Amino acid sequence: MPEIIDILNALVLMTNYVILPALTYGSQLALGALGVTLVFGILRFSNFAHGDTMAFGAMATIIVTWWLQSMGVSFGPLPTALLALPFGIAVTAIFVLLTDKVVYKHYRGIGAKPITFVMVSVGVMFIMNGLVRFIIGPGDQRFADGVRFIFKAREFKDWSGLDQGLALRSSQVITIVLAVILVAALFWFLQKTKTGKAMRAFSDNENLALLSGIDPAKIVRITWILAAVLATVAGVLYGLDKSFKPFVYFQLLLPIFAAAIVGGLGKPIGAIAGGFIVAFSEVAVTYVYKKFLIYLLPEHLEPNSLMQLLATEYKFAVSFVILVLVLLVKPTGLFKGKVV
Amino acid sequence: MSLFNNPSLRPYLVFGIMAVLLTFVGVTQSWGVSLTIINMCIISAIMTLGVNIQWGYAGLFNVGIMGFCALGGAAAVLVSSQPVGEAWSAGGTGISLALLSLVGGVCFVYILHKVWGKRPLRNTVTFIAALGVYFLARHFYDPASAAIEAVDPAKTGYLGGAGLPIIFSWVIGGLFAAGAAWFIGKVTLGLRTDYLAIATLGIAEIIVALLKNEEWLTRGAKNVTGLPRPVPYEIELQQAGWFIDLVSKFNADVLSGLAGDERAAALQTLVMDASGIFVKLCYAGLFSVVLILLFVLCQLALNSPWGRMVRAIRDNETAAAAMGKDIKARHLQIFILGSAVVGIAGAMMTTLDGQFTPGTYNPLRYTFLIWVMVIVGGSGNNLGSILGGFLVWFVWIEAEPLGTWLMDVVTSGMDPASALREHLIGSAQYMRLMVMGGVLILVMRYTPGGILPEKSARK
Repeated sequence: MPEIIDILNALVLMTNYVILPALTYGSQLALGALGVTLVFGILRFSNFAHGDTMAFGAMATIIVTWWLQSMGVSFGPLPTALLALPFGIAVTAIFVLLTDKVVYKHYRGIGAKPITFVMVSVGVMFIMNGLVRFIIGPGDQRFADGVRFIFKAREFKDWSGLDQGLALRSSQVITIVLAVILVAALFWFLQKTKTGKAMRAFSDNENLALLSGIDPAKIVRITWILAAVLATVAGVLYGLDKSFKPFVYFQLLLPIFAAAIVGGLGKPIGAIAGGFIVAFSEVAVTYVYKKFLIYLLPEHLEPNSLMQLLATEYKFAVSFVILVLVLLVKPTGLFKGKVV
Repeated sequence: MSLFNNPSLRPYLVFGIMAVLLTFVGVTQSWGVSLTIINMCIISAIMTLGVNIQWGYAGLFNVGIMGFCALGGAAAVLVSSQPVGEAWSAGGTGISLALLSLVGGVCFVYILHKVWGKRPLRNTVTFIAALGVYFLARHFYDPASAAIEAVDPAKTGYLGGAGLPIIFSWVIGGLFAAGAAWFIGKVTLGLRTDYLAIATLGIAEIIVALLKNEEWLTRGAKNVTGLPRPVPYEIELQQAGWFIDLVSKFNADVLSGLAGDERAAALQTLVMDASGIFVKLCYAGLFSVVLILLFVLCQLALNSPWGRMVRAIRDNETAAAAMGKDIKARHLQIFILGSAVVGIAGAMMTTLDGQFTPGTYNPLRYTFLIWVMVIVGGSGNNLGSILGGFLVWFVWIEAEPLGTWLMDVVTSGMDPASALREHLIGSAQYMRLMVMGGVLILVMRYTPGGILPEKSARK
């Protein structure tokens, strides 16, 4: 039987390396998946440009952040990027609305098949991809400033007397807090306001909504703006937490889609659940359990291998396996999304 | 203009333009460059044919072309490189056991899932069994792969291949890709069309991640270089008597004016140049045979009753289903066929490169560029796909120097030392991404049929 102190150590280890990172990553994925799911619910196609919209929004924010930093403006202990965020959102929203006007609107007019929308969204993705690399380059960009840690691993060790440290990074707290605020605001908007109700009606039954006098142009506009807000915030939070690299945002597309489908495409609540399911599985499966087990198991059972289920390089396989399982077992997702 | 609008003359015209462009490059840059472009054009055209089978015939959106192409490349390594006996004795048994337990285990889990039927906890039991199989396979795999990777890591560190002629890998690559396509198709076809796209996006990332990290199999990021060629090496040609005779016969008028050492030196340069071109011509010949063969097969398929059925399914699934057509089975068939063709092209590309570098596979170049080719050339039209492959690859290759030059001209008014100018010139290469995206959107909008649209009896 392990001692109490060992159990505590194991728990701290778990919190530090699995629970906190997964919560943060899950919030970022949930925001991304919400954008995908909203576009899917209203415009009825899977937007392949969403990952690059996140990159675009993050890029716009980074540039404003650099400008603010060069002007000597700072946000105290918080990263300057949060000050720049509204500008980033505005630029992204304008760009996204422009793509709708130039590209997608035509296909809505002629009632094209969903797959045609997916294809042109690939075209849009190409352009955004090129634009981001053209403006800011393909490399890593760091733009985080302010206080990095709320408490460090060593401070926690001194305070608690445990062997294992627990570090709480400010980017983690900012991500979770901002995600909660944004999601709450989004649900309030969808549930309580007239436009939000109109959006949900439009998503449930387009013809009926049109008959009730809902203006489709307005619904589409609001959807794109919401998608831009969610994408930009998700992109900036991901960049603050890890770092900004255009290609990584493209690769985020898979976990985001997996999250949206697991929850049920078109269901906002499902996107959030899906985001956390994907994030927790990804982090839990690629975590090295050796130390954790050493704390908990009696000495003769202690493992000598790494006890890692899957190498970190294969983290995308996790989203993929989840996706395949959901498609096999319950194609509508956990929350009964759009009929397949 | 009427010439361009005449549908029966149009293919001759556009392929004529393509030939002129390639000749122009041959004359102004060099024939070597032109042939390099042509070889890649042919490979692109084969890939485009494969994607056209999926999109043009059946409306299936495959976003995982990169993965199938990489599988073909892996096949080239596994078929052609020499087996590493030491690695086999170090970990061969372990890897075989791991593979055996994986295959056996998957069969076991599948049968268990079927036999369990309606009894409670079906999914839980299946999951636990699958987990057990995974750990069993890992038990054999972990020490074996470590042992293999430890065998002379700087040179080998992998099992090697079968040591067969590389040309066999073109078939094997197709089979590999077909296998992956079967799995993906089984899971996603029959659901929303978007799901196939998302799943293929995922499998492509996973295949490339596997090839990058499984060093015991393909050396991973350490790359496999020096794959054997199906055609002669330049150095052999330069020493072969018949080749030197051939070159001197071709260049008789140039050489006749020279004598002694001068003539020998001139002949040597000519032989050097000619050997490179000869090798590329050999490749071009081999690739053309494959391209023509596949094109003929595609044409026959498209104009057969099968082709009509497939197009009927694409245009109206409900009506085709009402006529008793098995839509899911046809889609699966088409998806497998198309992916296999992409796999063949992938193996051919690795053959041409002579090396397998998993790190270079990226979705923009290997997936989305191929899509642009299909859309621009004309989806549903095999000849159009081939044209798209040629034209877009040509533009893709020539756009980079052109873009840099253009940026240079645009910014020539600026201060040469200014940071903005440097940034603009440095980023010119990303212009092609934007151009490709723009072309895709514009073609989809204004000429949805592409340059050579699908021929339809009633339009």
